[in-house]
Amino acid sequence: MIKKIAKWARLKSPWILHLNSGACNACDIEIVAALTPRYDVERFGVQLKATPRHADIIICTGPVTRQLKSRIIRIYEQTPDPKFVVAVGSCAMSGCVYRGCYNVLGGLDQVIPVDAYIPGCPPRPDAILDGVVKLLGKLEKKL
Amino acid sequence: MEIKIPIGPQHPALKEPISLRVTVDGEHIKDVDIRLGYNHRGLEKLAEQKNWVQNIYVMERICGICSHSHTTCYVQAVEQIQGLEVPKRGLYIRTLVAELERVHSHLLWLGVAGHETGFDTFFMYTWRDREIVMDILEIISGNRVHYAINSIGGVRRDISEEQKKLILGSLDTLIKRTEYYANIGTIEPTFVARLDGVGPLSKEQATSLCAVGPVLRASGVANDVRKDDPYAVYDELPFEVATATSGDVLGRVIVRVKELLESYKMIEYLLKNIPEGPISVRAPRKIKPGEAISRYEAPRGEDLHYVKSNGGDKPERLKVRAPTLANYPATVVMLKNMFIADIPIIFAAIDPCVCCAERTVQLIDTKRGDKVMRFSELRKMSIDFYKKMDLSKKGNLWKL
Repeated sequence: MIKKIAKWARLKSPWILHLNSGACNACDIEIVAALTPRYDVERFGVQLKATPRHADIIICTGPVTRQLKSRIIRIYEQTPDPKFVVAVGSCAMSGCVYRGCYNVLGGLDQVIPVDAYIPGCPPRPDAILDGVVKLLGKLEKKL
Repeated sequence: MEIKIPIGPQHPALKEPISLRVTVDGEHIKDVDIRLGYNHRGLEKLAEQKNWVQNIYVMERICGICSHSHTTCYVQAVEQIQGLEVPKRGLYIRTLVAELERVHSHLLWLGVAGHETGFDTFFMYTWRDREIVMDILEIISGNRVHYAINSIGGVRRDISEEQKKLILGSLDTLIKRTEYYANIGTIEPTFVARLDGVGPLSKEQATSLCAVGPVLRASGVANDVRKDDPYAVYDELPFEVATATSGDVLGRVIVRVKELLESYKMIEYLLKNIPEGPISVRAPRKIKPGEAISRYEAPRGEDLHYVKSNGGDKPERLKVRAPTLANYPATVVMLKNMFIADIPIIFAAIDPCVCCAERTVQLIDTKRGDKVMRFSELRKMSIDFYKKMDLSKKGNLWKL
């Protein structure tokens, strides 16, 4: 019974943490734009949270710089289970133009496991919405 | 008793990874130490490996909010080295996108200011209206954030009569909304009471700490690259430099709102007076040897690019001085003697763009002239030192 309630709550109101791992701000403002009236991701129950300890889904942007690697792992470990990671933008997927930079690891999956990728440089807010909704669909089977 | 509080790199008050070590006595801030480098990607080095055209796209991705500023600044420097004469129509379109970008950036900032003061309705309002600008930018360039409108020697896309009409139509809504925000910014008592006198920076402090952009103008210094050293078509445009005299966060809000209204005037002028003709000239693949510095008034302040060419198809050196980096010393002064609760809004008031400002710097001790090194660098240097050494000969090891 409690499991059922927990599953329902997780699917209907996933709380997200926005993590910047060295992004150029483009994906970040598009994520914030997805929260604002025109796109309004809150109608799916998604709410932006400030601390990893409250979050279910980590939305991560950026190509992962060397300085941030250990911090990202720490934030991932602080997030309670079950947790899911969404990589937003080409940088978080593969490094985009920064691939080959001396301070860039090139992709979020080099550091932590990723559940969904949203391509684009930067992806439109509609694409981010679509990605999050698709992830929720995936979770339904998984949880 | 003084305590040190670490803020960041991941913190609710910060949108980007940056670390502030704040020394507090009770609720008062005594000292602030800003730690950078979490977002350092090595773009200047990367630029040396890409050719001149590819670099436009790399420069665009220095920052997602002022992407047009960095490309224009870079492209101007390259054109200066090569001696390219950009057609008037191309310059007009370039300026048009630059002003639209300023509008989108300032509206975004107004929203953030509202959010940091706990006025979330204001945040949602400004971001809703910002979508109008984003639509205009999408109509012109085909993209919302990284417009990629610049090319060396002009712009990539032309604008048609229909687009002009569409833009002028949506401009009216924007002007109305911005006047409404100007009212809120100056009359709404809760908003004014929260911002008045917070983060003071006097005229003398602002000039001596080399603050730039709206931070400097809010302290009463009418400094604007667009007026002082006009580039593109700014010498033809009718506009005034927006200033405020209060030197606090409220002044910075007023400067930005005034700049928005000036930008609308400029956009209208640009659209009505755009000349006919070609939009770009052909640029060679290799750029003449030489060096150039280009200045640009980004939404956050003066942006500076230094480009050096050795006659090849790649730049030899590219240096970026983003406006936020120039504003950090002023931020430390603004934060001193303020309350802990003011940190987010004071820090947000310089409109920090951390990813713009993440360049490596080598610190040099001003008194002794020595380089200040990190331990990791020192270690790497020592390893390299021993690797180079030929250890097969006796007595070579400790010969220093």
